[in-house]
Amino acid sequence: MSVLVLMEDGGPSRQTLTLARKFGEPRSVRIDAILPFAPDALATALAQAADELDASAVFAAGTERGNEVMARLAARMDLPFAANCIAAAPGDPVEVTRLRWGGSLLEEARLHSPRPLITVAPHTVAADDGSVPPEVDLHHPHDRDLTVRVSDHVEPSSAGVSLAAAKVIVSGGRGVGSKEGFAIIEELAALLGAAVGCSRAVTSAGWRPHTDQVGQTGTKVAPEVYIACGISGATQHMAGLKGAKRIVAINSDPQAPLMLNADYTVTGDLKEIVPAISAEIRKRR
Amino acid sequence: MRIAACIKRVPITGGRILLTDDARAINTQHLGFTISPHEECGVEEAVRLIEANKGDSVVLTLGPSEAVEQLRDAMALGIDRAIHLQTDGQEWDAEATAGALLEAIRADESANGPFDIIFFGNESADSGGFQVGIRVAYGLGRPCVTGLKKVTLEGSQVRCEQQVEGGRDVYVVPLPAVLTVKEGLNLPRYPSVPGKMRARSKPVAVVTPSRPAPRLELVKLAVPAGQGRRAESLGSGAAAAQAVVEMLQKAGVL
Ligand SMILES: Cc1cc2nc3c(=O)[nH]c(=O)nc-3n(C[C@H](O)[C@H](O)[C@H](O)COP(=O)(O)OP(=O)(O)OC[C@H]3O[C@@H](n4cnc5c(N)ncnc54)[C@H](O)[C@@H]3O)c2cc1C
Repeated sequence: MSVLVLMEDGGPSRQTLTLARKFGEPRSVRIDAILPFAPDALATALAQAADELDASAVFAAGTERGNEVMARLAARMDLPFAANCIAAAPGDPVEVTRLRWGGSLLEEARLHSPRPLITVAPHTVAADDGSVPPEVDLHHPHDRDLTVRVSDHVEPSSAGVSLAAAKVIVSGGRGVGSKEGFAIIEELAALLGAAVGCSRAVTSAGWRPHTDQVGQTGTKVAPEVYIACGISGATQHMAGLKGAKRIVAINSDPQAPLMLNADYTVTGDLKEIVPAISAEIRKRR
Repeated sequence: MRIAACIKRVPITGGRILLTDDARAINTQHLGFTISPHEECGVEEAVRLIEANKGDSVVLTLGPSEAVEQLRDAMALGIDRAIHLQTDGQEWDAEATAGALLEAIRADESANGPFDIIFFGNESADSGGFQVGIRVAYGLGRPCVTGLKKVTLEGSQVRCEQQVEGGRDVYVVPLPAVLTVKEGLNLPRYPSVPGKMRARSKPVAVVTPSRPAPRLELVKLAVPAGQGRRAESLGSGAAAAQAVVEMLQKAGVL
């Protein structure tokens, strides 16, 4: 029995193979098999390949592209689709565990489907060290499937350290108080060579651009150190911090969820504490 | 021009998620609700497009009777009218949700003509299925572009920017189209007091679709184990600065 896997470069696809192997012998389609990226054409090609192989299931990594292509495949095949799974056991029904709320909640579910369509949430499953599965030959894409395709690329506009790749992030929440209040956050960030982050309360107020927002509907970050200043620690903010190695919380409320879920805490007014940290760094230089 | 925006009512969960006794839902007894952030941007974009081009804007939701609050919120931002696909409060899976929305959209279009753009969130905040907009687009036979951070009308086409690692990919598709969007697309306005007043008298059409057996069937929910962070106090006030700097040095970032 074959199982079809949509492969991208990088860890999440290797992790996907770990679950896919439980459903059969993997065969693969590369996500860059059709360039420029054309998700409808890929979905149609996957549907044809799945039929020709009589694939028991189709898997992809739960990346933006993986989920998108799988949803298009599900629509074409008129099948249910379970996104961002962290476990899947073959059977009828297939039993899956999947992420909700950006990972703040787990769902056990039954997938009733003659051909399970599953994406695997990145960094939740150990990577597979088996061989890369052989690729299947694809049909030439039909014009009607090329209406939606990438026609251009725009480089990122913001200069400075990118949030997703930053080693250190100094992040401010509603407690910072105003747009101008971020001067002390920026000062500390500059001293640390860090990126500036923020909570949604801050972007909603228009104090910072959405590109600075950390969390479920912002950026997921993975720094060595995340310094959260005046952020309460709502589950949707914490959903962006799972990859952070060390979290430092600075908050006037010792019972704030972030103070309970940090590695290190400082209690008090960030307007005094943050400049004091900057001064201490300067003193040591 | 006709624009639709599809939204979902979700709880504002705060610092900790509590489940019901049967673990099949979030215990929302003490929680407020909101339009999830991606979709709020879809609503804002719909309002801006109609302000600029005139026409008809419609907000749709599938949800319990209380979801009329989120429909009114969308109308307070400037949407003209609402279609409420009312449920008895049970969860609908993404496939069934898309099926019901498709039917409601078709019914509205057969009376009023096609929507030039239908906005969806890229994924719902709670169940995160990543598929409702794509399924509806496929059912309508329209192009669908996902995960958008910028949308620009260009005559009978729409230029779309999708956030990817290392920048944005651009797609240009003909109208009518279905677009799934993400927070950051725009900065939604706050509802004005007159906006809220007007929303009260805007029309809400109610339909009651019947719920098919889910093919992705929720069994139970669980809160994942914490990450076991120790919450070690480095002190309080400005006096803690020294301890913070020492910790940063130990962590190798200074
Ligand atoms: C579907 C959904 C998705 C969401 N996605 C995100 C997301 O991606 N990212 C995100 O951040 N949020 C997100 N949110 C919003 C989230 O629920 C919270 O509303 C938000 O994170 C709160 O931001 P905050 O912590 O800055 O503000 P608050 O919750 O108001 O907290 C402010 C904190 O600052 C402290 N404080 C105040 N003054 C001071 C001072 N002088 N010194 C020190 N501390 C002080 C207070 O004690 C408090 O803990 C989402 C919400 C929903 C419903």
